[in-house]
Amino acid sequence: MSEKHIIVINQLDKYFGDFHVLKNINLSVAAGEKIVICGPSGSGKSTLIRCINHLESHDGGDIIVDGIPLDDRVKNIDHIRSEVGMVFQQFNLFPHMTVLENCILAPVWVKGVPRPEAEALALQYLERVRIPDQADKYPGQLSGGQQQRVAIARSLCMQPRIMLFDEPTSALDPEMIKEVLEVMVDLAEQGMTMLCVTHEMGFARRVADRVIFMDEGEIIEENTPTSFFDNPQNNRTKLFLSQIIGD
Amino acid sequence: MVSAFIGLVWWLIDNTVANLARQNVATGFGFLDNNTGFDINQKLIAYDETSSYLRLLLVGLLNTAIVSVLGILLATVIGFMVGLARLSDNWLVSKLAFIYVEIFRNLPLLIQILFWYVLLIELLPHPKKSFSLWEVFFLNNRGLYLPWFTTLPGGGYLLWVLGLFGAGWFYVAHKARKMRELTGHNKAYARNYILIGVICLGGYLSLWGVPFEADLPALKGFNFRGGLSFTPEFVALLVALSLYTASFIAEIVRAGVLSVSKGQFEAAKALGLPTSVSMNKVIIPQAMRVIIPPLTSQYLNLTKNSSLAAAIAYPELVSVFAGTALNQTGQAVEIIFITMSIYLFLSLLTSFLMNTYNARVALVEK
Repeated sequence: MSEKHIIVINQLDKYFGDFHVLKNINLSVAAGEKIVICGPSGSGKSTLIRCINHLESHDGGDIIVDGIPLDDRVKNIDHIRSEVGMVFQQFNLFPHMTVLENCILAPVWVKGVPRPEAEALALQYLERVRIPDQADKYPGQLSGGQQQRVAIARSLCMQPRIMLFDEPTSALDPEMIKEVLEVMVDLAEQGMTMLCVTHEMGFARRVADRVIFMDEGEIIEENTPTSFFDNPQNNRTKLFLSQIIGD
Repeated sequence: MVSAFIGLVWWLIDNTVANLARQNVATGFGFLDNNTGFDINQKLIAYDETSSYLRLLLVGLLNTAIVSVLGILLATVIGFMVGLARLSDNWLVSKLAFIYVEIFRNLPLLIQILFWYVLLIELLPHPKKSFSLWEVFFLNNRGLYLPWFTTLPGGGYLLWVLGLFGAGWFYVAHKARKMRELTGHNKAYARNYILIGVICLGGYLSLWGVPFEADLPALKGFNFRGGLSFTPEFVALLVALSLYTASFIAEIVRAGVLSVSKGQFEAAKALGLPTSVSMNKVIIPQAMRVIIPPLTSQYLNLTKNSSLAAAIAYPELVSVFAGTALNQTGQAVEIIFITMSIYLFLSLLTSFLMNTYNARVALVEK
């Protein structure tokens, strides 16, 4: 458990009722590392990253984020959530608030940042996701790609050290996927620690330091993107890659 | 089609007028000026045996209004608490809320009103054996008695000033919250406001004395006199209406919160929002869109259900006006017409207020 590891997961087990959804997961993430997690649906990849900010509780093993153990202590959970941002497949913007209000809600109410300061910060991040001119619109008035970029900006406003992406482009039309991926590449280039559940293999090749393949609740294979895609070791990985890349 | 309808209405009116004339019943609203000749045990405005039927109508209307307004407030508060309790992760809390809802919404309201009324007048002691708290609060089968006050000269003005000061508090608190958001600092405006108010009040009282006199309920003869009193009918009706309607509101609130997608709860959690903030700022505002239309119906139901109070002789609109006054005057058509118009007006007013609020919380879409 070295100092530079910002996330350490040890022998993680999780059940949904009788279903063993995560089996003995071990994973360490260095600060600034970008990890892409892929695998067939139901393999537990979303559940894994949802455990990291305690949207799901785990049944065995340890998760340590930034030196803080994730247990049932509310204080620890709150602290970890303020360090870890999350972007969802369905955006989950608050539809009754403007884009700007979405972005400043958490800084104002969780961190107690003064409103003008929070607004300035929000506009800065909206600039970074390339939609500063939409600040006063409501989420329902934006396209899917724009909404997802707002969701990224909303997370960034809490100035997290880690960003979790749960299939951020799966609910988008093809022409909107690119604009969201560009923002994510930007973010990666600026040194953010990222864990992405995604099947965007181009993105994985370009950005990831490591690609992890999961199936049936286990990590089957992990490798650098080049070795992972060009020379997969495990048969299940080969089968999966042949199915998603096609021919 | 239209002419057939107009014809039908004309036939009905013509028939009614002809029948009334044949039975020598005087029509028109002139009777409203006559003396009623009877008194009422709960009146918010001056009224006695010599007052007119118009005055009686006002007394009944105000009695309906006070029990409805207080009932709506109570039912809303209890309903939201029970509705949120049903969604609690705590097994005991959610089961208790479930039992509450199933009991109160499954028993007929009339039975519940009679239940509370009988409970109050049968189980509570006679005035001479009243339950009392510090010898100033009294509860017996004649009602609930609270200490109150009467104003001496100058007291009325002071009350107005205090009322204005209270209203000013909301403004200052609002400003203080805005300032906190703007600067991140608590500037203690609210505290200073209170401090100045207390100093002024203290100065006034020490210079001119207290312009109020305590009015304590006391046993005189067979009953209590003085203080602020509530009849058992009023208390029974208010309790029954509030608890009954709250059980429906609880289900409406639960449905509203459940209608908000799971992703909204998760997004709020992932941002680290505490449960209270995520409820107040994210979940409830969205749930309100689903809650308000059926909530409006419940408010209307409560107001109209208050007419069941005729069963326990609470002097509200139906009981005294469409009941006693109708019997005494025989002006059935006019009195029922007035009563129905008033309920229609109350209902439309409630709907209008709620629709205005609903429009404010509506979502903006493309």
